[in-house]
Amino acid sequence: MTGADVVFGLLGIVCLAAALLVVTARNVIHAALWLVVCFGALAGCYLVLTAEFVAWVQVLIYIGAVVVLMLFGAMLTRAPVGRAQPLDSANRPVAALAGVATAGILVTLVIAAFKGAYVDIHHTAVGDGHVLGTAIFRYFVLAFEVASVLLLAALVGAIVLTRQERD
Amino acid sequence: MHLSIALVLSALLFAAGIYGVLARRNAVAVLMAVELMLNAANLDLVAFDAWFKDQLHAGQTFALFVVVIAAAEVGVGLAIVLSLFRLRDSVALDDATDLADRDPVRRPVEPAR
Repeated sequence: MTGADVVFGLLGIVCLAAALLVVTARNVIHAALWLVVCFGALAGCYLVLTAEFVAWVQVLIYIGAVVVLMLFGAMLTRAPVGRAQPLDSANRPVAALAGVATAGILVTLVIAAFKGAYVDIHHTAVGDGHVLGTAIFRYFVLAFEVASVLLLAALVGAIVLTRQERD
Repeated sequence: MHLSIALVLSALLFAAGIYGVLARRNAVAVLMAVELMLNAANLDLVAFDAWFKDQLHAGQTFALFVVVIAAAEVGVGLAIVLSLFRLRDSVALDDATDLADRDPVRRPVEPAR
Protein backbone atom coordinates (compact mmCIF):
# COMPACT_ATOMS: atom_id res chain seq x y z
CA MET A 1 0.00 0.00 0.00
CA THR A 2 1.81 3.06 -1.22
CA GLY A 3 0.86 6.71 -1.44
CA ALA A 4 -0.17 6.28 -5.05
CA ASP A 5 -2.58 3.53 -4.01
CA VAL A 6 -4.18 5.77 -1.40
CA VAL A 7 -4.51 8.76 -3.73
CA PHE A 8 -5.88 6.62 -6.53
CA GLY A 9 -8.33 4.95 -4.16
CA LEU A 10 -9.66 8.26 -2.85
CA LEU A 11 -10.01 9.67 -6.37
CA GLY A 12 -11.69 6.44 -7.40
CA ILE A 13 -14.23 6.69 -4.58
CA VAL A 14 -15.06 10.27 -5.61
CA CYS A 15 -15.28 9.23 -9.26
CA LEU A 16 -17.50 6.23 -8.57
CA ALA A 17 -19.84 8.13 -6.24
CA ALA A 18 -20.21 10.89 -8.84
CA ALA A 19 -20.84 8.29 -11.56
CA LEU A 20 -23.59 6.68 -9.49
CA LEU A 21 -25.14 10.12 -8.96
CA VAL A 22 -24.94 10.76 -12.72
CA VAL A 23 -27.07 7.70 -13.44
CA THR A 24 -29.49 8.18 -10.52
CA ALA A 25 -29.97 11.97 -10.30
CA ARG A 26 -33.55 13.08 -10.84
CA ASN A 27 -32.52 16.19 -12.73
CA VAL A 28 -30.65 16.18 -16.05
CA ILE A 29 -28.74 19.34 -15.20
CA HIS A 30 -27.61 17.87 -11.88
CA ALA A 31 -26.52 14.71 -13.69
CA ALA A 32 -24.43 16.77 -16.10
CA LEU A 33 -22.79 18.63 -13.22
CA TRP A 34 -22.00 15.35 -11.44
CA LEU A 35 -20.44 14.25 -14.71
CA VAL A 36 -17.97 17.13 -14.26
CA VAL A 37 -16.97 15.79 -10.82
CA CYS A 38 -16.61 12.26 -12.19
CA PHE A 39 -14.43 13.33 -15.12
CA GLY A 40 -12.33 15.59 -12.91
CA ALA A 41 -11.59 12.75 -10.49
CA LEU A 42 -10.80 10.51 -13.47
CA ALA A 43 -8.31 13.10 -14.74
CA GLY A 44 -6.66 12.87 -11.32
CA CYS A 45 -6.49 9.09 -11.73
CA TYR A 46 -4.75 9.56 -15.10
CA LEU A 47 -2.23 11.85 -13.41
CA VAL A 48 -1.47 9.14 -10.84
CA LEU A 49 -0.98 6.68 -13.71
CA THR A 50 1.63 9.07 -15.24
CA ALA A 51 -0.64 9.92 -18.20
CA GLU A 52 -0.19 13.67 -17.95
CA PHE A 53 -1.29 14.67 -21.44
CA VAL A 54 -4.35 12.41 -21.38
CA ALA A 55 -5.37 14.01 -18.08
CA TRP A 56 -5.28 17.52 -19.52
CA VAL A 57 -7.09 16.37 -22.66
CA GLN A 58 -9.71 14.84 -20.38
CA VAL A 59 -10.18 18.16 -18.60
CA LEU A 60 -10.24 20.18 -21.83
CA ILE A 61 -12.41 17.96 -24.02
CA TYR A 62 -14.67 16.19 -21.55
CA ILE A 63 -15.25 18.85 -18.91
CA GLY A 64 -14.83 21.75 -21.29
CA ALA A 65 -16.64 20.52 -24.38
CA VAL A 66 -18.65 17.36 -23.88
CA VAL A 67 -20.39 18.39 -20.65
CA VAL A 68 -21.19 21.82 -22.08
CA LEU A 69 -22.64 20.09 -25.15
CA MET A 70 -24.71 17.89 -22.83
CA LEU A 71 -26.01 20.96 -21.00
CA PHE A 72 -26.90 22.57 -24.33
CA GLY A 73 -28.72 19.40 -25.35
CA ALA A 74 -30.60 19.21 -22.05
CA MET A 75 -31.69 22.81 -22.35
CA LEU A 76 -32.56 22.72 -26.05
CA THR A 77 -34.78 19.68 -25.50
CA ARG A 78 -36.44 21.49 -22.60
CA ALA A 79 -35.54 18.72 -20.20
CA PRO A 80 -37.82 18.45 -17.18
CA VAL A 81 -35.94 20.45 -14.58
CA GLY A 82 -38.40 19.71 -11.79
CA ARG A 83 -39.56 16.29 -10.72
CA ALA A 84 -42.68 16.39 -12.86
CA GLN A 85 -41.52 13.85 -15.42
CA PRO A 86 -39.65 10.78 -14.23
CA LEU A 87 -36.17 10.51 -15.68
CA ASP A 88 -36.06 6.74 -15.30
CA SER A 89 -38.01 4.27 -17.37
CA ALA A 90 -40.07 1.36 -16.14
CA ASN A 91 -37.35 -1.23 -16.69
CA ARG A 92 -35.25 0.16 -13.86
CA PRO A 93 -35.14 -3.09 -11.80
CA VAL A 94 -33.94 -5.07 -14.80
CA ALA A 95 -31.34 -2.38 -15.47
CA ALA A 96 -30.15 -2.54 -11.86
CA LEU A 97 -29.89 -6.32 -12.15
CA ALA A 98 -27.87 -6.01 -15.37
CA GLY A 99 -25.60 -3.40 -13.80
CA VAL A 100 -24.94 -5.45 -10.67
CA ALA A 101 -24.33 -8.58 -12.75
CA THR A 102 -21.87 -6.75 -15.00
CA ALA A 103 -20.06 -5.33 -11.99
CA GLY A 104 -19.88 -8.73 -10.32
CA ILE A 105 -18.61 -10.56 -13.40
CA LEU A 106 -16.06 -7.92 -14.38
CA VAL A 107 -14.69 -7.36 -10.87
CA THR A 108 -14.34 -11.11 -10.25
CA LEU A 109 -12.65 -11.60 -13.61
CA VAL A 110 -10.29 -8.66 -13.22
CA ILE A 111 -9.25 -9.58 -9.70
CA ALA A 112 -8.71 -13.22 -10.67
CA ALA A 113 -6.62 -12.22 -13.68
CA PHE A 114 -4.51 -9.36 -12.31
CA LYS A 115 -4.30 -10.00 -8.59
CA GLY A 116 -0.64 -9.35 -7.94
CA ALA A 117 0.06 -7.09 -10.91
CA TYR A 118 2.01 -4.05 -9.87
CA VAL A 119 2.44 -0.81 -11.82
CA ASP A 120 5.88 0.67 -11.25
CA ILE A 121 4.91 4.29 -11.76
CA HIS A 122 8.31 5.59 -10.67
CA HIS A 123 10.18 4.03 -13.56
CA THR A 124 7.86 4.69 -16.47
CA ALA A 125 8.24 7.52 -18.95
CA VAL A 126 5.74 10.22 -18.01
CA GLY A 127 3.25 10.57 -20.86
CA ASP A 128 3.67 14.30 -21.40
CA GLY A 129 3.13 16.24 -24.58
CA HIS A 130 6.56 15.46 -26.00
CA VAL A 131 6.31 11.70 -25.50
CA LEU A 132 2.75 11.43 -26.80
CA GLY A 133 3.43 13.78 -29.69
CA THR A 134 6.34 11.57 -30.74
CA ALA A 135 4.16 8.47 -30.45
CA ILE A 136 1.28 9.94 -32.45
CA PHE A 137 3.27 11.58 -35.22
CA ARG A 138 5.82 8.79 -35.58
CA TYR A 139 3.77 5.62 -35.22
CA PHE A 140 0.08 6.54 -35.41
CA VAL A 141 -0.01 9.18 -38.15
CA LEU A 142 -2.52 7.31 -40.29
CA ALA A 143 -4.92 6.81 -37.37
CA PHE A 144 -4.50 10.49 -36.50
CA GLU A 145 -5.45 11.56 -40.01
CA VAL A 146 -8.42 9.17 -40.06
CA ALA A 147 -9.57 10.63 -36.72
CA SER A 148 -9.43 14.13 -38.15
CA VAL A 149 -11.52 13.08 -41.17
CA LEU A 150 -13.95 11.38 -38.77
CA LEU A 151 -14.31 14.59 -36.76
CA LEU A 152 -14.97 16.56 -39.94
CA ALA A 153 -17.60 14.04 -41.04
CA ALA A 154 -19.25 14.14 -37.61
CA LEU A 155 -19.30 17.95 -37.72
CA VAL A 156 -20.92 18.01 -41.16
CA GLY A 157 -23.35 15.26 -40.13
CA ALA A 158 -24.41 17.12 -36.98
CA ILE A 159 -25.04 20.29 -38.99
CA VAL A 160 -27.06 18.41 -41.61
CA LEU A 161 -29.10 16.61 -38.95
CA THR A 162 -30.04 19.74 -37.02
CA ARG A 163 -30.57 22.08 -39.98
CA GLN A 164 -34.10 23.43 -40.06
CA GLU A 165 -35.82 23.53 -43.40
CA ARG A 166 -37.27 26.91 -44.17
CA ASP A 167 -40.55 26.42 -45.93
CA MET B 1 0.56 1.00 -7.44
CA HIS B 2 -1.62 -2.08 -7.71
CA LEU B 3 -3.07 -2.54 -11.18
CA SER B 4 -6.24 -4.16 -9.86
CA ILE B 5 -7.44 -0.94 -8.17
CA ALA B 6 -7.59 0.82 -11.53
CA LEU B 7 -9.20 -2.17 -13.22
CA VAL B 8 -11.86 -2.55 -10.50
CA LEU B 9 -12.67 1.16 -10.71
CA SER B 10 -12.96 0.86 -14.47
CA ALA B 11 -15.26 -2.19 -14.18
CA LEU B 12 -17.52 -0.43 -11.69
CA LEU B 13 -17.69 2.69 -13.87
CA PHE B 14 -18.65 0.50 -16.80
CA ALA B 15 -21.37 -1.18 -14.73
CA ALA B 16 -22.74 2.22 -13.71
CA GLY B 17 -22.82 3.15 -17.39
CA ILE B 18 -24.69 -0.06 -18.27
CA TYR B 19 -27.26 0.69 -15.58
CA GLY B 20 -27.65 4.27 -16.82
CA VAL B 21 -28.10 3.28 -20.46
CA LEU B 22 -30.77 0.71 -19.59
CA ALA B 23 -32.61 2.64 -16.87
CA ARG B 24 -32.74 6.16 -18.23
CA ARG B 25 -35.71 7.48 -20.14
CA ASN B 26 -34.28 10.79 -21.27
CA ALA B 27 -32.04 10.49 -24.33
CA VAL B 28 -29.55 13.08 -23.05
CA ALA B 29 -29.15 11.11 -19.80
CA VAL B 30 -28.51 7.96 -21.85
CA LEU B 31 -25.73 9.78 -23.71
CA MET B 32 -24.16 10.71 -20.37
CA ALA B 33 -24.15 7.04 -19.34
CA VAL B 34 -22.48 6.14 -22.66
CA GLU B 35 -19.77 8.67 -21.83
CA LEU B 36 -19.22 6.89 -18.50
CA MET B 37 -18.64 3.59 -20.32
CA LEU B 38 -16.19 5.19 -22.75
CA ASN B 39 -14.28 6.64 -19.82
CA ALA B 40 -14.12 3.22 -18.19
CA ALA B 41 -12.46 1.89 -21.35
CA ASN B 42 -10.06 4.85 -21.32
CA LEU B 43 -9.02 4.15 -17.75
CA ASP B 44 -8.23 0.56 -18.71
CA LEU B 45 -6.14 1.70 -21.67
CA VAL B 46 -4.11 4.13 -19.57
CA ALA B 47 -3.63 1.63 -16.73
CA PHE B 48 -2.36 -1.10 -19.06
CA ASP B 49 -0.10 1.40 -20.80
CA ALA B 50 1.55 2.16 -17.44
CA TRP B 51 1.67 -1.51 -16.50
CA PHE B 52 3.34 -2.68 -19.74
CA LYS B 53 5.71 0.34 -19.73
CA ASP B 54 4.74 0.59 -23.37
CA GLN B 55 7.55 2.17 -25.41
CA LEU B 56 5.11 3.23 -28.14
CA HIS B 57 2.60 4.58 -25.58
CA ALA B 58 -0.12 2.90 -27.58
CA GLY B 59 -2.51 2.82 -24.62
CA GLN B 60 -2.41 6.55 -24.02
CA THR B 61 -2.59 7.27 -27.75
CA PHE B 62 -5.64 5.04 -28.07
CA ALA B 63 -7.17 6.83 -25.08
CA LEU B 64 -6.76 10.09 -27.00
CA PHE B 65 -8.44 8.52 -30.04
CA VAL B 66 -11.31 7.33 -27.83
CA VAL B 67 -11.70 10.91 -26.59
CA VAL B 68 -11.87 12.13 -30.20
CA ILE B 69 -14.46 9.51 -31.11
CA ALA B 70 -16.47 10.30 -27.97
CA ALA B 71 -16.58 13.96 -28.96
CA ALA B 72 -17.80 13.05 -32.44
CA GLU B 73 -20.33 10.64 -30.96
CA VAL B 74 -21.75 13.25 -28.59
CA GLY B 75 -22.06 15.78 -31.41
CA VAL B 76 -23.93 13.43 -33.74
CA GLY B 77 -25.92 11.90 -30.87
CA LEU B 78 -27.16 15.26 -29.66
CA ALA B 79 -28.05 16.21 -33.24
CA ILE B 80 -30.17 13.06 -33.50
CA VAL B 81 -31.76 13.77 -30.11
CA LEU B 82 -32.57 17.31 -31.24
CA SER B 83 -34.24 16.16 -34.43
CA LEU B 84 -36.17 13.54 -32.41
CA PHE B 85 -37.30 16.33 -30.13
CA ARG B 86 -38.39 18.45 -33.08
CA LEU B 87 -40.32 15.53 -34.52
CA ARG B 88 -42.30 14.54 -31.45
CA ASP B 89 -41.73 17.18 -28.76
CA SER B 90 -40.21 14.68 -26.36
CA VAL B 91 -36.91 12.88 -25.88
CA ALA B 92 -38.43 9.99 -23.93
CA LEU B 93 -36.87 6.89 -25.47
CA ASP B 94 -39.74 4.63 -24.37
CA ASP B 95 -42.03 6.47 -26.77
CA ALA B 96 -39.73 6.21 -29.78
CA THR B 97 -40.89 2.75 -30.86
CA ASP B 98 -41.19 3.28 -34.61
CA LEU B 99 -38.40 0.83 -35.35
CA ALA B 100 -39.43 -1.68 -32.68
CA ASP B 101 -39.71 -5.30 -33.74
CA ARG B 102 -42.83 -6.09 -31.78
CA ASP B 103 -46.15 -4.34 -32.20
CA PRO B 104 -45.69 -1.07 -30.35
CA VAL B 105 -48.28 0.24 -27.96
CA ARG B 106 -49.99 2.90 -30.00
CA ARG B 107 -49.59 6.24 -28.39
CA PRO B 108 -50.97 9.45 -29.83
CA VAL B 109 -48.09 10.96 -31.77
CA GLU B 110 -47.81 14.64 -32.47
CA PRO B 111 -47.56 15.29 -36.19
CA ALA B 112 -44.24 16.63 -37.36
CA ARG B 113 -44.04 20.36 -37.20
